[in-house]
Amino acid sequence: MLEVKGLRKAFGPIVAVDGISFEAARGDVLGFLGPNGAGKTTTMRMLSCFLPPDGGTASVLGYDIMAQSVAVRRSTGYLAENVPAYDEMTTEGFLKFVCAARGINGRKRQQAIDAVAGSCAIADVMHQPIGTLSKGYRRRVGLAQALVHDPPVLILDEPTDGLDPNQKHDVRELIKDLAREKCIVISTHILEEVDAICNRMIIIDRGKIRADSTPEKLREEVNGSLDEVFRKLTVERREVHSEGAAVPGGAG
Amino acid sequence: MKGFTSVFKRELQSYFSTPLAYVFLVIFLFFSSFITFQKGFFEMREASLRLFFGNMPLLFIFLVPALAMRLWAEERRTNSIELLFSLPVRLPEAVLAKFFACWAVIALALVLTCPMVITVCYLGDPDWGPIVTGYLGSLLLAGTYLAIGSFFSCLSRNQVIAFVLSVVACVVFLYAGSPSVMNYLAGFLPAGLVRVVESLSFRSRFESIQRGVIEFRDVAFFVLLASGWLWANVIALRGRIAAG
Repeated sequence: MLEVKGLRKAFGPIVAVDGISFEAARGDVLGFLGPNGAGKTTTMRMLSCFLPPDGGTASVLGYDIMAQSVAVRRSTGYLAENVPAYDEMTTEGFLKFVCAARGINGRKRQQAIDAVAGSCAIADVMHQPIGTLSKGYRRRVGLAQALVHDPPVLILDEPTDGLDPNQKHDVRELIKDLAREKCIVISTHILEEVDAICNRMIIIDRGKIRADSTPEKLREEVNGSLDEVFRKLTVERREVHSEGAAVPGGAG
Repeated sequence: MKGFTSVFKRELQSYFSTPLAYVFLVIFLFFSSFITFQKGFFEMREASLRLFFGNMPLLFIFLVPALAMRLWAEERRTNSIELLFSLPVRLPEAVLAKFFACWAVIALALVLTCPMVITVCYLGDPDWGPIVTGYLGSLLLAGTYLAIGSFFSCLSRNQVIAFVLSVVACVVFLYAGSPSVMNYLAGFLPAGLVRVVESLSFRSRFESIQRGVIEFRDVAFFVLLASGWLWANVIALRGRIAAG
């Protein structure tokens, strides 16, 4: 359902995403892991058709993210980092706007909003302006916005960030529930989350994929916890890299 | 199309769910009539809105960029633009929807100046031609200012920068044709170029529309110029998004 080939994006001299490729199918919950600044958010922004890539291609349900971006966006739900929304709107008004932009109107719209209000537990704040919501509610409104049109592909950038442990649990259950029908990509730096909901994980560091496997396999390979896997793949390389960089300076 | 209508409706609502539209309307209505009476509306002893429409170019130069500066700057600052374009909304659709929503607020402001029309009708027997064309000219002029403001609003996340740049750009277009500028330019520019600059001026075109003379080329000038700025807006916004 999701196919990424050699995707690349640079901001000036900084290469944020450096030719990554992967695939995901229906039923996959793909965990996107990496230290801060690894390129997770940039990748997700490209998959959601917000940022145009500098090179490579990606397709969602066979639609190209550049040439058929409207079709891609129609079949994708996207929760962006920091949950952008229109702060002056009420939750209900905001969801109605999202529905209208996605062509859901009339009775269908009310049904769709009621459904996500229940599954994302935001029924209490439907009439509150989004700007006044707590971090947890705001994130769940963002999640509701991504789910309201029941998309086959979900791209969620840190869906549980800022939630309390109970809310985290609920959102993870929700994602697991949705996983049967959909293809879900989530980014996170919480390793226990990967264990809890992902059947696949990709570790990305400085724009490159360091591992693409399942949590179990990676653990076996390293013979330790996911923490160790993560550190081994992202920290050690960095040390090697910086030592390499230090050589010319030392010689000089 | 549903992208356009949904964004248009949302924008229009946001003007009225925040104090923005009310502040704009009150300030506009106050100053548009205050200046008219200040300049000697009664002393003129003439049932016309000539003085009233004469204020529009200067009044709009501050008020329209103030309304336009948030169009894209705010969207980019709060990053809601990322949400907007994760919806199946095309970029030109969004640019046009925001433009027309803002233009509708300005049109409403003009409609609300109807007491001025009632006043001149009560005081005398006005010539309707210049009143109708005065409104049309004001709307076209405001739309062109707005397109300029919308363009500068997408260049920066900072609304103040957007405001200042669009005021300057509007001033340049407004005063391009004034005699002092023309005389100055004629000192070192060839006559052909001076005429080009003069033809770009808002002022002479607005004045001829306002006098009751609707010429196709004057209307086309404003429409084309506004379209050009909006087109530049689409291109610039695309570039800004790609640059991150």
